[in-house]
Amino acid sequence: MSEPKVKRSILAQLMPWLKSLARKGPSGWMVIAGIIIVLALVIMTAIGPWIAPYNPTATRVGPIRSPPSLQFPMGTNHLGQDMLSRILCGGSIMLQVSALSVVICFLIGVPIGLFSSYVGGKFDSAVSLVIDAIYAFPGLVIAIAIAAMLGPGVINMALSIAVVYIPSYFRVVRSQVLSIKELAYVEAARATGAKWHTILLRYIFPNVIPSIVVVVTINFADAILTAAGLTFIGLGVTYNIPDWGWDLTDGRAYLAAGAWWIILFPGIMIVLLALGFTFIGEGLSELQNPKLQR
Amino acid sequence: MGLRAFIITRIILTIPTLLLLLSMVFIIMRVLPGDPVSLHFEKKADPELMDSMRRQLGLDKPLWMQYIDYIGGLVDIGYFMQHGYPNLGKSMQTFEDVGGQIFSAFPATLELAIYSMMIASILGILLGVLASKSYNSVLDHLIRSFGTITYAIPVFFLGIVLQLIFGVYLRWLPTGLRLDPKIEPPATVTGLYTVDSLLEGNIFKFFESLKALILPSLTLGIILSGIFVRLTRINMLETLRLDFVTAARARGLRESTITYGYALRNAFLPILTMMGLQFAMLLGGAILTETTFSWPGLGRYIVQRISFRDYTAIQGAVVMFGLFVTIVSLVVDILYAYFDPRIRL
Repeated sequence: MSEPKVKRSILAQLMPWLKSLARKGPSGWMVIAGIIIVLALVIMTAIGPWIAPYNPTATRVGPIRSPPSLQFPMGTNHLGQDMLSRILCGGSIMLQVSALSVVICFLIGVPIGLFSSYVGGKFDSAVSLVIDAIYAFPGLVIAIAIAAMLGPGVINMALSIAVVYIPSYFRVVRSQVLSIKELAYVEAARATGAKWHTILLRYIFPNVIPSIVVVVTINFADAILTAAGLTFIGLGVTYNIPDWGWDLTDGRAYLAAGAWWIILFPGIMIVLLALGFTFIGEGLSELQNPKLQR
Repeated sequence: MGLRAFIITRIILTIPTLLLLLSMVFIIMRVLPGDPVSLHFEKKADPELMDSMRRQLGLDKPLWMQYIDYIGGLVDIGYFMQHGYPNLGKSMQTFEDVGGQIFSAFPATLELAIYSMMIASILGILLGVLASKSYNSVLDHLIRSFGTITYAIPVFFLGIVLQLIFGVYLRWLPTGLRLDPKIEPPATVTGLYTVDSLLEGNIFKFFESLKALILPSLTLGIILSGIFVRLTRINMLETLRLDFVTAARARGLRESTITYGYALRNAFLPILTMMGLQFAMLLGGAILTETTFSWPGLGRYIVQRISFRDYTAIQGAVVMFGLFVTIVSLVVDILYAYFDPRIRL
């Protein structure tokens, strides 16, 4: 009985926000479009196993490498697996890896950024030096090196991607804190004798959140692309789970034979997912920075 | 500070960054759990064989000694003079010098990087200028969408689609390798096939190697161009509103002179900085592009070494990528100081 009520209240809270976004012009619409794309793909992946016409891992459900037809709208691959079923179920690895890496980045990057920039001084300079060195390095190269050492798997992929993006969180949080901590209201809090962690968490952190949200969405898009890249060079999940990245990689072998459907559909799904998050991130950052909006 | 003093300070400041970067690679490859030798054999080998491999590669020493060997090898000038490449250790697969293998693969990556950067900056700047001139029109929105979409496409997916269209269906361009295997590569001077074939005076080889470069560098160039589009557009929009542009217009200068001669020149410095920053991303993309196009560069080398579980070679290649990025950022900073004297103050 209580469940519908909760749902309605969440929706009731969301609707005014979405409406206000829509009123903000193209950037607002971009955010809404992004949210719709991402939600649609998440729901599709969640219910995929129930609506897929075939078992996505069952081989020889149809002829081998048959082009799209009425029976197999997205064709079949070299194992005779139904591509439509694999597409419907194939988002889960990417979503898991990217969500996990975003959580790890957030949990490590944000506290270090808050603390380091609030303390300042030599400690901050030392941390910044290390973080900047990671930031300057080609991200995919670090991710590859770490993933090669850790071996394949969802958690290992997420960890190696997280190392690459922690610096983005640190830098954004740090630049925000450095300007906020000089503001009068923080000064006032300090004067009333508030403890440092109270100031950091209750006074400064809430004002950093909008910037972090942008980094989170862009991190999501990057993590998806990096996960696809790791899978492409053989460091992803290779066992028998439907995965867009794996299907795209696998389909490459049949490129010369002209089997475009094995490549095109998984590729488009990855682009859509990354595009959804990019839309949200870009729209939000334009709304926060009116200067960029012109 | 004069330009020379700036350059010297900047080079000295590079040393701690480089050391930090090398240490980071060492931590990832040696200190993190997972010993290269047992990973190489997937823990199934005879312990004596593994021990002898550890001895041969110097992996039996304590970590601090391995670290000194590693940094020492890189700064060993004598070794460098003798071999023509730094000491990056020995391959776990072939026991050959990793440095030699890396240095022979490097020019292919450099050539791909140069052409991709050219495509990305030319395409990006042209589209960015066009968007800023037609601000808020349909064209502007189209160009901005192009910038956003290129950001969300996996580089290897674009590569595969281009291969499918231009290689498999239209058969206009080769889908892999630097040169048709039937053609002898030009004599190595720079290692860049397009340059070497011109030095040889062989126009045929030049066009053949250029043909092979088109798809890979277009792939990487298009993916990178989005960032240039965005940056050029924003900077041009700001510059076009400045007084000196209005003054130039009032003097009756041609619009193209104003755009390219006045405004773009002013918007150029942030774009230059962006080129330097994007270089790291370009190298990441090069690994995937090289794998897509069987391009025999450093990226393909690293991917092949991963499949052989050749960890010393992977480490060497990662170090090489790091050195490359550091050198590029050094050069960009020096160029920036040259163009903008304020930096040197």
